[in-house]
Amino acid sequence: MSELLEKSISFRGGGFAPKPQRWIGIAVFVFLVGIAEWGTQTGWISALTLPKPSDVFDTFCKLYSSGLLYKHLGPSLSRLAVGALFGVSIGIAVGVLIGLFSHIRSGLVPLVAAIFPIPKIALLPLFVIWFGIGEGSKYALIAFGTFTPTVVATYGAVDNVDRTLIRMGQSFGLSWWSIVRKIVLPGALPGILSGLRISLAIAIILLVAAEMLGAEYGIGAYILEAGSLYDLERLFVGVVILSLLGVIVSAVISLIESRTLVWRT
Amino acid sequence: MDIRLDGIGHSYGDFEVMRDITLEIPNEQIVCIVGPSGCGKSTLLRFIGGLERPQMGRVLQMGEPPKDSLNPLTYIFQDFALLPWRSVSGNISLVLEDHGIRGASAKLIIDDVLARTKLTDFAKALPKQLSGGMKQRVAIARALAVNPAVMLLDEPLSALDSQTRELLMDDLVRLWARQPFTAIYVTHNLAEAVRLGHKVVVLSRRPGKIREIVEIDKPLADREFGDVDLDAYQKHLWQLMRDEARAADEELIHV
Repeated sequence: MSELLEKSISFRGGGFAPKPQRWIGIAVFVFLVGIAEWGTQTGWISALTLPKPSDVFDTFCKLYSSGLLYKHLGPSLSRLAVGALFGVSIGIAVGVLIGLFSHIRSGLVPLVAAIFPIPKIALLPLFVIWFGIGEGSKYALIAFGTFTPTVVATYGAVDNVDRTLIRMGQSFGLSWWSIVRKIVLPGALPGILSGLRISLAIAIILLVAAEMLGAEYGIGAYILEAGSLYDLERLFVGVVILSLLGVIVSAVISLIESRTLVWRT
Repeated sequence: MDIRLDGIGHSYGDFEVMRDITLEIPNEQIVCIVGPSGCGKSTLLRFIGGLERPQMGRVLQMGEPPKDSLNPLTYIFQDFALLPWRSVSGNISLVLEDHGIRGASAKLIIDDVLARTKLTDFAKALPKQLSGGMKQRVAIARALAVNPAVMLLDEPLSALDSQTRELLMDDLVRLWARQPFTAIYVTHNLAEAVRLGHKVVVLSRRPGKIREIVEIDKPLADREFGDVDLDAYQKHLWQLMRDEARAADEELIHV
């Protein structure tokens, strides 16, 4: 009998399971900013194409030391908070109603589909007429913009609540209100929270639009002013503040998720 | 409390699922319902528990349930149906809260049913931390908490592996021996049926009709794994079901 060839079998499993790698995200940021800095320093990227990151940072420091940062940030954050609070809470309420009642669903789903794609910026003049040039129109614009995605995410989440859990509630004679409160709402929470990520990002996008008319202070107003003067350093400072805001909001939602959704497998 | 099914029939559209089912479920007995897939056993159980309405016939309860029964007809589901966001004791308190039982009196009941299902040490665990068998024991504890007059078990062991199934069958027998309860036990597993049933009702394939009712006299406590008498019953049941099961398997699924 001939000697059998011994060979370990080749591995072909694994993969398809991305894991979070802590520092790579930051490394990508640092790398890109580094490239921009190096390019603008050496003149490889012209000053008209991109401002120097270090200049942008200087401008930011000046904004901070002059105290103007808080003057801009304060009104913007309050607009964001009030507008998003209205939009999100009404959105969740309407979404739950759509998820629970056939008539409301049939009546409102087409309506929501009709208003979702409207660019909310286009309605700003209308909101100014309705709610005044002051804070009202800004709240309304942000509220309206966050409302539709919240509704869609919420009723989707309610639809996805495990029906066997609802049957279980009924079989133990739980009241309708108990089933909604103790089974439907907690079951829909993961979907509502991931919808919130999108809604709040949209709220930040709309901040600039909301501050187009009748706003002296605000990050959006600051960006628009810098933009009209082609002051790229200040424009970038504003943009960076908005994206930091986005990162913070997303981190806060992640924190809420990790606190309230420990039960998830 | 006895349950009587009186000429139950049902169809979805022109798709008849069961026809003329008349059956008595006597007090403090376990009645197993077996049949090929699609014979409407689970649907029948939903009729009995009032989760669905039959088109024909009536489900009757004979006599009043005991006064201390919070939820006379109580289900145990195949997929456990535990709220993942509530702990073991939270899942049990869920079904007590609506009856206004909270605080100390709830704790008394919860501690008692957890002790009876040997779950005392796991009161604070979340469902995701438990194995399938443990989850089903939580569901059994939850059912016991409302003091049911009739337990409706819908393939309660079908999602579990065979060892766990044996253990849980022993648990059910023990619980019944301690305090006999009335139960309707739907399963496709004949070993479970002969082990737990005082009566085994064999349904034919769709439209489901009662083929035969097999009475098993041997006391529950005396039955054990690999019992020769039970094997004979199981063989008889399989002979009854075999052709039906094959025909049911070869049927096209109507959606």
